[in-house]
Amino acid sequence: MPNQNDFRRLVSLRWSVSIAFSILMFSAYFGFILTVAFRKEWLATPVAGNIPLGLPLGLGMIALAWILTAAYVRWANQVYDKKVQTLKNQK
Amino acid sequence: MTLIQASAGIDWISIAMFLLFVGITMGITYWAAKKTNTTSEFYTAGGGISGFQNGLALAGDYMSAASFLGIAGMVALHGYDGLIYSIGFLVGWPLIMFLIAEPLRNLGKYTFADVVASRLQQRPVRIAASVGSLTTILFYLIAQMVGAGGLIKNLFGLEYHTSIILVGAVMTAYVLFGGMLATTWVQIIKALLLLGGATIMVILTLAAFDFNPLTLFETASAQYGQKVLLPGKLVSNPWDAVSLGLALMLGTAGLPHILMRFYTVPDAQQARKSVLVATGFIGYFYILTFIIGFGAMVLVGQQVVEQSGDKGNMAALLLAAQVGGTAFKGFIAAVAFATILAVVAGLTLSGASTISHDVYVHVWKKGIPHEASEVRVARYATLSLGIISILLGLLFQGQNVAFMVGLAFSIAASANFPALLLSVIWKKFTTRAATLSIWAGTLLSLLFIIISPVIWVDILHFKTALFPLKNPAIVSIPASFLVAILVALLTKETEAEIKYEEQKEKLYLGA
Repeated sequence: MPNQNDFRRLVSLRWSVSIAFSILMFSAYFGFILTVAFRKEWLATPVAGNIPLGLPLGLGMIALAWILTAAYVRWANQVYDKKVQTLKNQK
Repeated sequence: MTLIQASAGIDWISIAMFLLFVGITMGITYWAAKKTNTTSEFYTAGGGISGFQNGLALAGDYMSAASFLGIAGMVALHGYDGLIYSIGFLVGWPLIMFLIAEPLRNLGKYTFADVVASRLQQRPVRIAASVGSLTTILFYLIAQMVGAGGLIKNLFGLEYHTSIILVGAVMTAYVLFGGMLATTWVQIIKALLLLGGATIMVILTLAAFDFNPLTLFETASAQYGQKVLLPGKLVSNPWDAVSLGLALMLGTAGLPHILMRFYTVPDAQQARKSVLVATGFIGYFYILTFIIGFGAMVLVGQQVVEQSGDKGNMAALLLAAQVGGTAFKGFIAAVAFATILAVVAGLTLSGASTISHDVYVHVWKKGIPHEASEVRVARYATLSLGIISILLGLLFQGQNVAFMVGLAFSIAASANFPALLLSVIWKKFTTRAATLSIWAGTLLSLLFIIISPVIWVDILHFKTALFPLKNPAIVSIPASFLVAILVALLTKETEAEIKYEEQKEKLYLGA
């Protein structure tokens, strides 16, 4: 049996990280959608030449989805998996 | 009709390339058929797909012809609005990663109902989950079939009926004989073709703009006004945008054919890798589609795109002909056809596994598995679903495809996602809470779509809709969560709590 305290700590760490990441993605996307829905004119602010703010913001959402996914995978591979291995070795 | 007239509408280059694709994939199906005997091989290719391969296959499952041609067309006609759609389709993927990819891999076997039912009572959960799954799959399947029929008519000049039967027959053959192994390889090949073809098209398009996408956007804005770079008609009703956004984000995490793919990889690490690869490719694909749409707007012209009919769906093909000539257009058309085939094959496989694994084994046979008969039932189910999808494709000819996709996502988000998530994270979740929330999510989605403007006004011809929005998600998702939470608080299931503790190690340590 793995140490129950360590195991419990692992589980709560896993969900804290997952939920933090989910909240980040969810609020960024809903911030975007609510702006599109209720404050369209903000997106018209010019940033460079004819290009309005909406364009980099929209493409930024795609980049954010990539970055958050990659960051989570990095955390899971480097931190979570190591802790799992330690716990498994206690068996 | 003379022979010359008859052949005028048929694009021989596309057909040759399409036949090549079908030939190669049928070869793969033949090879896969020899390796597909057990249930695990049929449903999950024996769990032997690598993370990278599965990521490509997930991307293949998700990048439908509807999103390729539909979003390119939407961008060509409405500019920025197409990007809002694309973003919605992408942001569900990180959530799959953070919340359900690993639990799914560690707790399940063949379907997502495995996970929900693993600590609850099998029969009621399986019945409800099957209803949620099959409703999602059928609406998605209808949307793809109807889209396919119209598209192939445009691409190859074949009759609608012939196209539907052709698509139905080829995809049934993939799944029936080759199971998950063949379906996965069809997805991988199609994903590579689609990403490759779209990349070439973007390079050819940007060549006309000094390889600077900003020049392309500025030219579009100079030609059609800055409105093409801003949110437009899509968000005429802001609450509609919010409701659709919810459905797209949470629906991805409830699509049975996507969830099923997490069982084809050997462990949680490979499951994570597959989501990362899929998110990367899908995001890249939507950026390509956005540039293709603007390319068509500027190089082909909005008027030509609009006149080509089919709500701008032909934009990508018109652009392909413009920048790469007839042969390249033929290639892109064949890729679009391949895309349809691969997506309907994935859907059919997940439908068949729901029928044979959840309904036949766990409800009918009370959970006593019997290898040979389960594979046999899965194959009968595949055949029936093939026939049903052809019939539905014929029946729903001319229906609005976009609303059926929206509905499929809404049901997936309201029926499947809350029960799946809560059963993984909440110890006090109960059988009754899971089943009632699935039923509530499914029925409320259907009810609200019926009383929405799409059906109540446009089809039933009442004056005003009882529910003002086109997508029910903003009501049905919170309602389903609310039902799940309230019922779980009101009921107590000691056995489920004990099992929750028992399977914790398997869930988090993968052991």
